[in-house]
Amino acid sequence: MRDVAIASFAQTKYVRNQIHETEVDMLIPITREAIERSGIPKPEIGFTCHGSSDYMAGQSFAFVGAVDALGAFPPIAESHVEMDGAWALYEAWVKIQCGEVDSALVFGFGRASMGKLRETMNLQLDPYTMGPLGLDAISMAALQARALLDAGKISEEQMAEIAVRNRRVAKDNPVAQVTGDFEVAKLLAEPYIVSPLRKHDCPPISDGVSAVVLAAGDAIGRGDSKPVFIRGIDHRIDSHQLGSRDLTVSPSTKLAGEKAGVHAGPVEFAELHAPFSHQEPILCEALGLEEGVLINPSGGALAANPMMTAGLTRIGEAASHIAAGRAGRGIAHATSGPCLQQNLVCVLEGE
Amino acid sequence: MSDSDRIESIVTPTRTEYDYTPGPSAQRSLRALAEGRLIGETCPSCNQVYYPPSGTCARCGVATEGEVEIADKGTVTTYAIVRVPSDNIDLELPYCTAHILLDGSDIPFFGLIQECVWDEVRIGMRVEAVWLPESEWGPGAENIKYFRPTGEPDVPFEQFKEHI
Amino acid sequence: MADELLSAPHVLEYDYRRSLGDTLSRFFTGLRDREILGVKTKAGRVLVPPAEYDPETGEATTEDWSAVGPEGVVKSWAWVAEPLGRHPLDRPFAFALIQLDGADTALTHVVDTGDESAMQTGMRVTAKWADETVGAIRDIVAFVPTPGGGSA
Repeated sequence: MRDVAIASFAQTKYVRNQIHETEVDMLIPITREAIERSGIPKPEIGFTCHGSSDYMAGQSFAFVGAVDALGAFPPIAESHVEMDGAWALYEAWVKIQCGEVDSALVFGFGRASMGKLRETMNLQLDPYTMGPLGLDAISMAALQARALLDAGKISEEQMAEIAVRNRRVAKDNPVAQVTGDFEVAKLLAEPYIVSPLRKHDCPPISDGVSAVVLAAGDAIGRGDSKPVFIRGIDHRIDSHQLGSRDLTVSPSTKLAGEKAGVHAGPVEFAELHAPFSHQEPILCEALGLEEGVLINPSGGALAANPMMTAGLTRIGEAASHIAAGRAGRGIAHATSGPCLQQNLVCVLEGE
Repeated sequence: MSDSDRIESIVTPTRTEYDYTPGPSAQRSLRALAEGRLIGETCPSCNQVYYPPSGTCARCGVATEGEVEIADKGTVTTYAIVRVPSDNIDLELPYCTAHILLDGSDIPFFGLIQECVWDEVRIGMRVEAVWLPESEWGPGAENIKYFRPTGEPDVPFEQFKEHI
Repeated sequence: MADELLSAPHVLEYDYRRSLGDTLSRFFTGLRDREILGVKTKAGRVLVPPAEYDPETGEATTEDWSAVGPEGVVKSWAWVAEPLGRHPLDRPFAFALIQLDGADTALTHVVDTGDESAMQTGMRVTAKWADETVGAIRDIVAFVPTPGGGSA
């Protein structure tokens, strides 16, 4: 295996409704910042891969438009996944492992505010037996939350505590969207959106973009921050049929964590992509994270959930945490699909 | 149950709703359209003028700038004769669509060509915009109903070959 | 109007005709005939809705089909107090995972009780069929509490 490092990370501030900039307007400065901070001249970047969903923009081939931000002339080696940018990072990592390139620009973007995200997410479902029921993003998550509550694995109070902790920590994250000091008792007095989920249990709708530059070989160590190495990365998937899964556990996260080598060394912290409050303990259990492991120093997806790049942002935030010298080794996680269906785990370590 | 009774397929309707807000460049050019003006933008790196402006020079990967007045007449760089009907186009078949290099812009603009026999449309032909009555103008490209020949001499291919 | 932001509504609407393949063809043909069918895996579990493969092993499912339900047990539920436009009912209802009698997996569907207080995990429910069935998941309008059904 080649040593592959995260050389740089850049992101927008996340906002509820970015009406003043298009996706490309947001991507131009952020992709440029990531490239400049990597220290790798743009013409030397060997590969570019990005993640997005055309359903966010409501246009087929909207993802092609994002390439406008890159100045891709003469044409560049470029690819796209209709998934969170974390999976674009995985593709770029594989490309580097194959020895084809030594560096890659990875990014993800979403301006979910243009559509009705809660309903748009219906389109990810099995179109035969689940899609026609109009099942929406919050209702799907609520089925999982109820299963956890019934199993006695969490309480509504603990769910509120998770939201409170993430949004309190996010006060130190200048790009986070929902931050502040909230009181559990007050949150629990709020009405349900879809019972048993209240507003605080749900992620904000966030517009924004983020970008990472990966480096290997001679491309490592040229940037303005210390390289952070990807020591393991893996992604796995569970059935799309909610009713054939035990929603209180995440076998795909568990397996991805094992394959990525989560416990080959000490886990000091984890950036978990848990858009809904109740999903955080499912992930902690699946990854075998003991009490005391710092969860989401960035505030996580409850503080900002830019659809299609919130997972890549977890990897970028985790790398930044290590590069800043706040930890030596940690993990980042990304999810996709209903009720944590698909999961990617990335183990990161400093020099 | 005979095989012919089996349900072999189902229809699954999908519907997603959006509220579009264009970026600042498109905002400016759409507002100008409501005043009957075409406003393009320039790439500060390669100096190409874009109309309509998306806000980006895709060639250079930089934001475009400035406000450049674009003429409402130009040169046909390529065209097509449409012979198939479409639910949302209410035109008599066949009709002609064209790429038109508007004077002052470096990229072609899409438009219909009318007020001429469709098989007389040719590359290099000069055309001008025919606008809706001013009272009907809004912030949209619909203000231009179509383009029609100006009768000016054709432009030699050599003069616009870099802009097709 | 000079400072007002321009915006425009945009709607994407497609009616996809999807071919079903043998497995879902049987399932939807069953629904048209007011029958809920499950398929058995090699390990003997009955999958409803049926799949071409066992999600646990990836192995092909068998040719052994059986009718399940129309009664079952609510395994989890989510109460929608304010239905959205694409939801199947225009009054408060529950999305639910329902394990039908004779099945080993749960079907995602809706439960119509009128009020959240009538919902309970483990409650028994019965399929309520549409007046006219066409071979679609919504041939079952909703599941309703089984009279005197109690809970499992």
